[in-house]
Amino acid sequence: MQHRPLWAFVSLLVLSVAVACGGGSDAPSESAAPAAPAAPAFDPATAGNITGSIMLEGTPPAAETIRMNSDPVCAKEATDTETNYYVVGGSGGLGNVFVYVKEGLTGSFPAASDTVVLDQKGCRYTPHVFGIQVGQTLQIHNGDPTLHNIHATPTANAEFNTGQPIQGMTFDRTFDTAEVMVPFKCDVHGWMNSYVGVVDHPFFAVSGGDGSFDISTLPPGDYVVEAWHEELGTQTQNVTVGEGATADVSFTFIVG
Amino acid sequence: MRWLHPYTKLLAAASLLLVTAGGLVTSTGSGLAVPDWPNTYGYFMFSFPPSMMVGGIFYEHGHRLIASAVGLLTIGLAVWLSRGEPRPWVRRLGWAALGAVIVQGALGGLTVLFFLPAPISIGHAALAQVFFVLIVSLAIFTSPGWLAHYDRSAPVGDRTLARLALLTPAIIFGQILLGATMRHTGAGLAIPDFPLAFGHLLPPTWSFAIGIHFAHRVGAVVVTAAIFVTAGRVLSHHGARRELTRPTGLLVALVLAQIGLGAWTVLSAKHVAINTAHVTTGGALLVTAAVLTLRVHRHRFSDVTAGRVARMAAAVGAAPSGAGP
Repeated sequence: MQHRPLWAFVSLLVLSVAVACGGGSDAPSESAAPAAPAAPAFDPATAGNITGSIMLEGTPPAAETIRMNSDPVCAKEATDTETNYYVVGGSGGLGNVFVYVKEGLTGSFPAASDTVVLDQKGCRYTPHVFGIQVGQTLQIHNGDPTLHNIHATPTANAEFNTGQPIQGMTFDRTFDTAEVMVPFKCDVHGWMNSYVGVVDHPFFAVSGGDGSFDISTLPPGDYVVEAWHEELGTQTQNVTVGEGATADVSFTFIVG
Repeated sequence: MRWLHPYTKLLAAASLLLVTAGGLVTSTGSGLAVPDWPNTYGYFMFSFPPSMMVGGIFYEHGHRLIASAVGLLTIGLAVWLSRGEPRPWVRRLGWAALGAVIVQGALGGLTVLFFLPAPISIGHAALAQVFFVLIVSLAIFTSPGWLAHYDRSAPVGDRTLARLALLTPAIIFGQILLGATMRHTGAGLAIPDFPLAFGHLLPPTWSFAIGIHFAHRVGAVVVTAAIFVTAGRVLSHHGARRELTRPTGLLVALVLAQIGLGAWTVLSAKHVAINTAHVTTGGALLVTAAVLTLRVHRHRFSDVTAGRVARMAAAVGAAPSGAGP
């Protein structure tokens, strides 16, 4: 009888852990999307374009210096140690904005055969923002003489986390589902992050340092175009592309 | 058996270090800095070059190394107890601790391989505290004071205190579960101000994150109240029992520190050192409450008997020694 309190004590602890460990699985369910019909053929001579610029109004927060001394290799190799949340050109153009056709396209478009490369160099991701098609190969390369892990945290696609301990290592990956945006991060170097816009067509672009962008060879039609910025969110516009015409579109993000 | 108690104290200290190292992993966001398990970037864990322990790897791999050391020490403790401890229930507790540390290691591996799912990470955090309590309990059970009944001829004999002493660690453990849930669901700054919530006594808007964060704050009030009521009972009725007043004093000091650390964690936007100290102090609070509980209930645990000592000594082929009262 003297052992009863002890076993009650231990049982309480075990029960507590059992309760703590409980919980349903929150694994995302996956369902196969019905195959989309092939994109209707169109005369390339009728193709149009969308060009434009992304502008920023207001004064963004000043870039901060990243302390990379948790990895001596990074501290030595890094050539760019400033945060790059806002890339603003001299005339107020905003770079690193992902622009893509969100709605209006019909049919399916085959994945491009060329490989998109995401490099880890100087303990930063290059590019910081980029796009890729569903099924297109993404090659992740470690250009640094130190360890990186490449950790993608999508919500619609499968999460992955792969180590690249040796300089020159590469790792190929494709995405199965359109998703804007999929973040990447390195858990070894907490300041490293990147974003990829995964779309099921080739009509996307990322604005340059002057804010300009160009989406070319687009079938004529009425579209919804979206612009995404990592800090400022998204904006959409309705755009009509006429036969052989170029539609000019501008987005203005406001900060502060 | 002379060194058994110091050994358990060493293991308890290592366990506190391990809890702190685990807190650092989450505070620095390094939980996935080593993508593989049980290997580390393809290396056997113990052959991973120290020069490659950079950035988040330092915290995650360091946590794994300390955990391995604690695991090995726990194996040693379980074997030691099975060979030389005359009380069967203490021997069984040693094996329970070993089982707990094995499950804990598996949970740690699973949470890495499945990208830190909240239920597994919370379970990992909870079992860490349970293991810590088990080890500290074994340190108490093997201590000279425990074996000598703290030189008391009569038990505490206070039913109110007996109940309070059981309730307090249970409440603290519940609060730790809330904290772990908050931590592993990213709700640490869901309410960004302190002591108010968005400038109000009650949050004007609710979500899961805000709810769990607010529950942790309410839990802090409940824990503090439980500790102060228990402390009041100890000091007013058993002020002459040092084995009770010492953990009680520590309990009060720790809960005051813990409240300050919790507030500071929010106000500092989860500064790594402050956030981690909050985790460590939570563990220290729980085991201190457990120590008080065990001492209040000392009379309920069986002692070493001369017959058992003789049988044990015969089993290990040694002369009987060190029989308790």
